[in-house]
Amino acid sequence: MTDQITGAQSLIRSLEAAGVDTIFGIPGGAILPAYDPLMDSRQIRHILVRHEQAGGHAAEGYALATGRVGVCMATSGPGATNLVTPIADAHMDSVPMVAITGQVPSAAIGTDAFQEADIRGITMPITKHNYLVTNADDIPRAVAEAFHIASTGRPGPVLVDVSKDALQAMTTFTWPESINLPGYKPTTRPHAKQVREAARLILDSKRPVLYVGGGVIKAGASPELRRLAELTGIPVVTTLMARGAFPDSHPQHLGMPGMHGSVAAVGALQKSDLLIALGTRFDDRVTGHLPSFAPEALIIHADIDPAEISKNRAADVPIVGDAREVIADLIAVLETEQAAGRVGDYESWIALMAGMKATYPLGYDIPADGSLSPQYVIERLGDISGPDSIYAAGVGQHQMWAAQFIKYERPGTWLNSGGLGTMGFAVPAAMGAKVGAPDRVVWAVDGDGCFQMTNQELATCTINEIPIKVALINNSSLGMVRQWQTLFYNERYSNTDLQSHSFPDFVKLADAYGCHGLRCDSADQVDVTIEKALSLNDAPVVIDFQVHKDAMVWPMVAAGTSNDEIKIARDLAPSWYTED
Amino acid sequence: MARHTLSVLVEDQPGVLARIAALFSRRGFNIESLAVGRTETEGVSRMTIVVNVDELRLEQVTKQLNKLINVLKIVELDVENSVQREIVLIKVRADDSTRSSIIETVALFRAKVVDVAPDALTIEATGAADKLDALMRMLEPFGIRELVQSGMVAVSRGGRAIGERAVRPADRSA
Repeated sequence: MTDQITGAQSLIRSLEAAGVDTIFGIPGGAILPAYDPLMDSRQIRHILVRHEQAGGHAAEGYALATGRVGVCMATSGPGATNLVTPIADAHMDSVPMVAITGQVPSAAIGTDAFQEADIRGITMPITKHNYLVTNADDIPRAVAEAFHIASTGRPGPVLVDVSKDALQAMTTFTWPESINLPGYKPTTRPHAKQVREAARLILDSKRPVLYVGGGVIKAGASPELRRLAELTGIPVVTTLMARGAFPDSHPQHLGMPGMHGSVAAVGALQKSDLLIALGTRFDDRVTGHLPSFAPEALIIHADIDPAEISKNRAADVPIVGDAREVIADLIAVLETEQAAGRVGDYESWIALMAGMKATYPLGYDIPADGSLSPQYVIERLGDISGPDSIYAAGVGQHQMWAAQFIKYERPGTWLNSGGLGTMGFAVPAAMGAKVGAPDRVVWAVDGDGCFQMTNQELATCTINEIPIKVALINNSSLGMVRQWQTLFYNERYSNTDLQSHSFPDFVKLADAYGCHGLRCDSADQVDVTIEKALSLNDAPVVIDFQVHKDAMVWPMVAAGTSNDEIKIARDLAPSWYTED
Repeated sequence: MARHTLSVLVEDQPGVLARIAALFSRRGFNIESLAVGRTETEGVSRMTIVVNVDELRLEQVTKQLNKLINVLKIVELDVENSVQREIVLIKVRADDSTRSSIIETVALFRAKVVDVAPDALTIEATGAADKLDALMRMLEPFGIRELVQSGMVAVSRGGRAIGERAVRPADRSA
C-alpha cells in the first residue's frame, strides 16, 4: 500500500521527479496548498519574484542559459493571466517551459468565482499543450507529460492548471514509467533520401548560403554547423535567434540577416542560388517583402517542426528532423562526395561576399555634440566583458545594437525576445540565466523603456543574491518607436519621450533596491565604468548610460519592403545592387 | 480554392473541440462544416471537417492540426472515393392544397415526412450536399419555415478502415 499524501505533495514530488531544481513564482489563494510542501523540498529552490510576468521570463532565461526546462508558478486568475506574456514569448521562441498554476476548486469552475480565469482556454493558442487537472490522481502523469512535451521536438511552453481541491485531496504518488502520447511523435531523424538530395543541390549550387536559425542552438548543433561550414566553405548568416550559433570571429560569418542585418548577410540571401535553411522559419523580419526575398534561390529547409516547412516560402528540399542530426548526416554525405572528388565551386561567390563584408562593415556615427553613442557603449561592453558572458536584451534599439555590436562566439550567450518582441524581457531573463549559470557574468542590456517595465525584480536579485549586471542604454525615449517616427512620421514624436534622463533617477533607484548604481554619460568613462561594474559581485549593478537619443539602428530594411531596399543610413543604399 | 474533407481522429479529451476550432480561427482558415462523434474505438472521437482552401493552405492546416497533442490522425477523403452524408430537417408550410405536392417531392428525393401538423410538414433527408440543395430548391416555393442541417460525415469506400490507412503524404514533409 502506497502512502496517502495530498495532491499538493504529489505535485511537488512530481516536480522533483522531473528534475526541477528552481521555480520562479508567487503564491496566492488557489496555489497555496502547493506552497506548503514546497517549503520542505530540499531539491527545489523557489525564488519569490515580484510579478508573475517576471517569473515567466526568469524561467525562460533559466531555460536558455541551461538548456533545461524552466519552471514558473502562479496562482489562479490574475496570477495566471500575468503569465500570459511570458508563455506567449516562450511559444514564439520555442523555449522549453512548464508553468504551474492554481485554479479555483473544481466545483467553482465556471461560476465566475473569485480569482477565476479560464487559463487553459486563454493559453490554448500560446502553449504547445496545456492541462486542467481536477483529480489529484492525475497530477504525476500531467506533470510528466508536460516536461516531456516542453523539452522534446520543437520545445515550447506547457501549462498545468491544478484545481485547489485536487491539491487538497488525498492521493497516492506513482511516477509514470513511460509516457504514452499516441498523438505526439516528433520526427528527429532526417530522411536519408532528402539529405542526399540536399547534398546534391549544395554541390551543384554556385552561390549557397547557410541560413542559420535558433533551432541550431536548441539542438546543440553548433559544433556540427562549424564542421559543415568549414568542410564546404559556404558563407554563414545567423538570425537574431541564432546569434552565437556560429562564431562572429569566423571569416565565413557574414553576420545577421533581416531588418537590421548587415549588408553582406542581407545581400547574400538576396543574391544566393541556394539557401540551406537550418532551424529557422523565414520570419517576416528576415525575409522582408516575401515575394522578392531571395528570388533566385532554391530552398533546402530543415526543421524539426514540419509545419514551418513551406509555411512562408516553398521548400525545394524539405527535411524534417533535429538540426544536429540533419547537419551531421549532411556532413557524412558531403564527405563521401568529397572523397570521390566531388566538391562545390563557390570560389568567386566567397570572394564576392568577403568583399561585401569588408566594404560594408557595421558602423555608427559618434554624436557631434559630444554626447554618448549607445553603439559605442554596447561595443565596449562586449569587448570588455567578453564572449563568455551572457547578454540578455530587452526589445528595441538597444536589442538590435546588442545583436550587432557584441561579438558572440558560443551558443547560449545571447538571450532575447525575438518572435514576440516583449519589452521588459531583459532583467528577469538575466535573473533566470544567472540562477541557472551562477558562475557566468550575466548582463541585462536594457533600454530605459523596457527597464521600467520589470525593474522591480532588482529586489528579487538583491535578496536572493543573484548579482546580475544591468547596462541601461538610457536614451530617454522609446528609441525604436522614435526612430520610426523620425523616418516614417515626419519627426512627430508622439508619446515617445520618457524623460528618463531626469525621472526616475536610476542610480537612486538602484540604491533603493540594494544594488550598486553607477552613471556614465561620456565616452572616456565608459571603459572604467564597465570595469567597475565587473569588479562588483556582492550585489546587482545598474549602470545608467545616458546616451544620445537621436542615434538610429542601421542598416535597415523598412517594414514590408524588399530586402533589396536596404539602407545603410538615411536615404543611403549600398552600391551592391547596382554593380552586380 | 477547393472543398476538402478532412477526417480527424482525436483523443476524446475535454477541450479538444475548442483546440481545433481555435486553431482554425487563429490561423485564418474557415470551417464550412464540422461534425464530431464517437468511433468504433473507445476514447477516440472522429471529426469530419470541410474546408474551402487551396492546396498550400490545406497542407498548412493539416500540419498545424497534427501538432495538436490530442490529434491522432488526419486523412483527406476525396469525393470519388468516399461516401459523404449530411442530414437536414426542414419544416415546410403546408395546407390542404399543397400537402400532396410536397409529399410527392419528398418521395422523389427518397426523403421522409417525420412530423405532420395542420399547417406544416417536417421532412428529414440525408444525402450529399448537392442532393440536399436540390431538395431545398424544390421545397422553397412552398415556404421553408425552419431548417436545420448537420455537419457532413464521411467514410472512405472499400474495406479498409481509417486506422489502417497511411497518413496523407502532405502530413510528413520528408
